Amino acid sequence: MRKVYLDHIAATPIHPEALETMLPYLKENFGNPQSLHSAGQQAQQALEEARESVARLIHAQTAEVFFTSSGSESNNFAVKGLALAQKGRGNHIVLSSIEHQSILHSAKSLEKFGYSASLVPVDKFGRVTPEDVRKAITSDTVLVSVMLANSEVGTIQPVKEIAAVCHEQEVLFHTDAVAAVGNIPVDVTELGVDALSLAGNQFYGPKGSAALFVKKGTRILPFIDGGIQEGGRRAGTEDVAAIVGLGKAAEIAMRDGKKRDEKVLPLRDRLIQELPQRVEHVFFTGHPKSRLPHHVSFCIEFIEGEAMLLNLDMQGISASSGSACTSRALKASHVLLAMGIDHALAQGSLVFSLVEGTTAEDIEYLLEVFPPIIERLRKMSPLYTQYLEEKRK
Amino acid sequence: MIYSEKVMEHFQNPRNVGVIKDADGVGQVGNPVCGDMMSFYIKVKDNRIADVKFQTFGCGAAIAVSSMVSEMAIGKTIEDALKITNRSVAEELGGLPKNKLHCSNLGADALHAAIKDYQEKQKAHKKGKVGKASAEKPAESEECCCPYCEGPLEGLEAYCRSCDFELEDCPECGKARKKGEECPHCGATKVRV
Repeated sequence: MRKVYLDHIAATPIHPEALETMLPYLKENFGNPQSLHSAGQQAQQALEEARESVARLIHAQTAEVFFTSSGSESNNFAVKGLALAQKGRGNHIVLSSIEHQSILHSAKSLEKFGYSASLVPVDKFGRVTPEDVRKAITSDTVLVSVMLANSEVGTIQPVKEIAAVCHEQEVLFHTDAVAAVGNIPVDVTELGVDALSLAGNQFYGPKGSAALFVKKGTRILPFIDGGIQEGGRRAGTEDVAAIVGLGKAAEIAMRDGKKRDEKVLPLRDRLIQELPQRVEHVFFTGHPKSRLPHHVSFCIEFIEGEAMLLNLDMQGISASSGSACTSRALKASHVLLAMGIDHALAQGSLVFSLVEGTTAEDIEYLLEVFPPIIERLRKMSPLYTQYLEEKRK
Repeated sequence: MIYSEKVMEHFQNPRNVGVIKDADGVGQVGNPVCGDMMSFYIKVKDNRIADVKFQTFGCGAAIAVSSMVSEMAIGKTIEDALKITNRSVAEELGGLPKNKLHCSNLGADALHAAIKDYQEKQKAHKKGKVGKASAEKPAESEECCCPYCEGPLEGLEAYCRSCDFELEDCPECGKARKKGEECPHCGATKVRV
């Protein structure tokens, strides 16, 4: 059976070149970067080279890049570390209502330390306006965090404008750029952000590789105490192989970024154009223009996401959904609900996120097998029957 | 795969999908907010369930559960059909993931709602009145949005988004809520951090 992987937002395959550079650090070059001997120093050097590559990718200085173990950790580090370092100045945080759970829950944890947070709404495309951020900032606000791109609906936020509002109000600004870095050009200086999260498994690096950019001179509380690693901000023996893989993935992203876009954009546009021709009642989600290049997100009316995913999987296609049944908490995606999409429609959400290896044949195959799946599930759906009956009247 | 072979088999080849136009009883439970909604139609002959059809909006488990319930009910007397429980359905399916157990609840509930509708029509008929379909007002099953109301799911508590880890049942809606606090609905658009 044909295998078509369209779940970039969950994980990308490790680029073969990145894997090659990692292997020696899982084998013969096993030294601890903090050791003084040559085995350790070899690892240390690899670590710093990776830091340079990541810094180059986002136009930062090497000393501004701190390695972590995941995008979620970077987000926790940023929200907690930046807010707590300013204790005494204020106790209020501003977030968008479609942030990743690692941002929302970090803010929730800070509740125990006397902080509170305001959620800025989004429009129907999932966009935050700088004006709404300005309105949410109070004299107690110490941090604003708005994501650069949303993985569920693909929307890219006007982060540069939001950062400008924050600086005008003398408030620190962090952006969760996990879904964006390595997939679209990101320049921390141009964006004017004080902190930025990124993760390697979103751009052909290994899982467990991630980083937080913290602008020079910005105070942040250490996230793991107890060692001198990562400038004393994040103790613990470094995962050298993962970090090396992240560095290589960053280099490849800079080298191949344009090529990747040229390949993936026509395929994405073909999907967006063709889906509504073949399936009725498709509602695309997210911003139509300001969106990730590899990302197609939509809701299919009258049926539920997990049932679609299982059927797609049986045809060899891997995708993802924000339906309640696919989440372990059995709740519909907070992102779709925040965008004003009703519960029933949100249950039918689906994301096809293309990877580097996606081919035109893959897309044609998907377009061929998808409509019968929808038809079959709709035949089973009481909501569709109701709709047809009402239409008849 | 998160589901047993039997669940997947029923999901791929669901039995008795459809609508019975002149059904003797109709039952509908759940709502799209929860992610699951089931409509059951029954035909009754000599106190036995002669035919069952269903329609389901929902996940793989919900579809498999509906199919299994329909299969278990056909041929049974009304009394025996009422003895079909969520547990027996889940057992017949070779088990369900913990957080999907509420789906099996819905399957038996929908069948029982259809039977209740049939019985009420019978009563009305005996009284000489023409029974109106009482199934128009579906029995709502509200608790499925939050898995904690279903006792055995405590292992998943870390996943509740609006409540903290210590939970209790809200006496009003039955949903899990943060202990001693007003439970905000899990929509997450308004997280009161």
